[in-house]
Amino acid sequence: MTAPTSVRPTTYREAIREAMREAMRRDDRVFLMGEDVGRYGGGFGVSLGLLEEFGEDRVRDTPLSESGFVGAGIGAALGGMRPIVEIMTVNFSLLALDQILNTAATLLHMSGGQFNVPLVIRMTTGGGRQLAAQHSHSLEGYYAHIPGLRVLAPATIEDAYGMLEPALADPDPVVIFEHGSLYNEKGTLPDPPTAVPLEGAAVRRAGTDVTLVTSGGCLGRCLDAADDLAGSGISAEVIDLRSLRPIDDDTVGASVSRTHRAIVVDEGWRSVGMSAEVAARIAERCFYDLDAPVGRVAAVEVPIPYPRHLEAAALPSAERIAAAARKAVLGDG
Amino acid sequence: MTGALLAQYREMLRIRRFEERCAELYSAERIRGFVHLYIGEEAVAVGVIGQLVQDDAMVTTYRDHGHALARGMDMAAVMSEMFGRVEGVSRGRGGSMHLFSAEHRFYGGNGIVGGGLPLAVGLGLADHLQGRERVTACFFGEGAMAEGEFHESINLAALWQLPVLFVCENNLYAMGTALARSESETDLALKAAAYEVPAWSCDGMDVEAVSHAAQRAVALVRDSGGPVFLEARTYRFRAHSMYDPDRYRDKAEIELWRTRDPLRIAADRLLDRGEATDEDLRDIDTEVTEEVDASVAAAEAAAWEDVDHLTRFVMSEGVPT
Repeated sequence: MTAPTSVRPTTYREAIREAMREAMRRDDRVFLMGEDVGRYGGGFGVSLGLLEEFGEDRVRDTPLSESGFVGAGIGAALGGMRPIVEIMTVNFSLLALDQILNTAATLLHMSGGQFNVPLVIRMTTGGGRQLAAQHSHSLEGYYAHIPGLRVLAPATIEDAYGMLEPALADPDPVVIFEHGSLYNEKGTLPDPPTAVPLEGAAVRRAGTDVTLVTSGGCLGRCLDAADDLAGSGISAEVIDLRSLRPIDDDTVGASVSRTHRAIVVDEGWRSVGMSAEVAARIAERCFYDLDAPVGRVAAVEVPIPYPRHLEAAALPSAERIAAAARKAVLGDG
Repeated sequence: MTGALLAQYREMLRIRRFEERCAELYSAERIRGFVHLYIGEEAVAVGVIGQLVQDDAMVTTYRDHGHALARGMDMAAVMSEMFGRVEGVSRGRGGSMHLFSAEHRFYGGNGIVGGGLPLAVGLGLADHLQGRERVTACFFGEGAMAEGEFHESINLAALWQLPVLFVCENNLYAMGTALARSESETDLALKAAAYEVPAWSCDGMDVEAVSHAAQRAVALVRDSGGPVFLEARTYRFRAHSMYDPDRYRDKAEIELWRTRDPLRIAADRLLDRGEATDEDLRDIDTEVTEEVDASVAAAEAAAWEDVDHLTRFVMSEGVPT
């Protein structure tokens, strides 16, 4: 691995755009389609400028028919292309869930290994932007439930950029969740950028007293919580899962076995979701290493409301995360 | 085209005898799961698929045995799939509803009504983007035309001018629900035409009528690069599936349609034209029955997948192609 020669300033949004641009320059089979990805520049501006560079064949505005164009992406992948399908939000993706679950995820198995589906689906997820109950949910767990899919949640600019190339090279369907609050995140990318692996969690902050396990849009809040905890003498380790399917049990397990305490942080609802899955895995693997029950900080079980104060109360915050960590370390007293 | 009808008759009889054997084997509990027989509809598969070339693609439904056989997939391998054996066309993992063959560009056997249509549009899109003059033939029942995926798919194919032949096998019943009870507009070609897609209907019980209509349709897809919709008006003589007690159809209606049996129409025509004798037809039946017997013997002798391989093919193995 060669050391980067420099860094360049960018945003999460531009990093994804740059990754798509480079993929389309590199490989004629790669094209982008979705609602308003062309003339409009993407519902969240991610693909702005790509139509001008690559033309209408490769940056395809679709009608509002999620099932139709996601299914067309599956068919195009089978036909030798490497489509990137953008779905505006995870809530809209439910209209395409049939195609994703019943076709993309099952075809390889059902055909006895004959037909793999090299498709990349990108979608926005998450709340915090006062978009109310049909544009704010975090349904990553729905997809992470499905065998046959690979599910990614890039939480950093480096991952947002670096995961696309290996996702396109993957022979199977890959679903990438982009948290809407991250698009304006500023940062840098190494120049030239370095490759990132698709699998494996990352320790974003080392610590000794408690492990915060999270992903996507909650990473920043966990790091803020860890700062706060450090002020009270509590050393929190922060793990970014990066991949929600498969889950890197080794990295999580090794950390919890050292810190003896775990808080799982997820923007999805608490019941039967990502946080439940991760907590169960920690219990299965680290039960005898635990000094406190595994804690969870997740969305309150309510359709995400519009007013800022109610929305904030529904979502995991640095304060709630820090409070849960303190409880695990210091006990209820 | 002397000989063409005789060859089509043989293909239809292969499907008929295969399906009759599947029904027996299902009753004997040798085949399990849902089994949807194609008996009565044979002229559609044979008439349409005969117009495709090797490089064309096919997408179909759970009533897929006839399509697989007409496409040239090996009967023993299809029967082995019914038995769930590893020598089956999908290594036994699919069963009756999910027949696949990469070699034949046969993209399945979709158990979700309407689910295959977007897939066919995507195959057409890949051909369009890569400048290949191939046709994707997509088979579905009239029940699928009530699904959103029909409307989304045909709109996309028309909007982007993709080389997809939409073949609606209208057997008048979406499981137990009659066409007039599920569609506000029962003229299905008219519905498709609303998307600016050339659309017409044919007699799905007459293999020559299907062939002529399909020939024209396939040629138009190939020449224009855009979609065409073909409705074949047909009827299934058996119930929706082997599980179905068939309480929703009038016996007299079934008997009326049986007088239009595609095999009988073809046989009468062959005899009238002097293209075959009764003895020729009996010989064909004997040969076809032997092929079916052999397929069952092969399926019974075929191996089961090793349980250790249960989770194979969930994700790809090895390097992407």
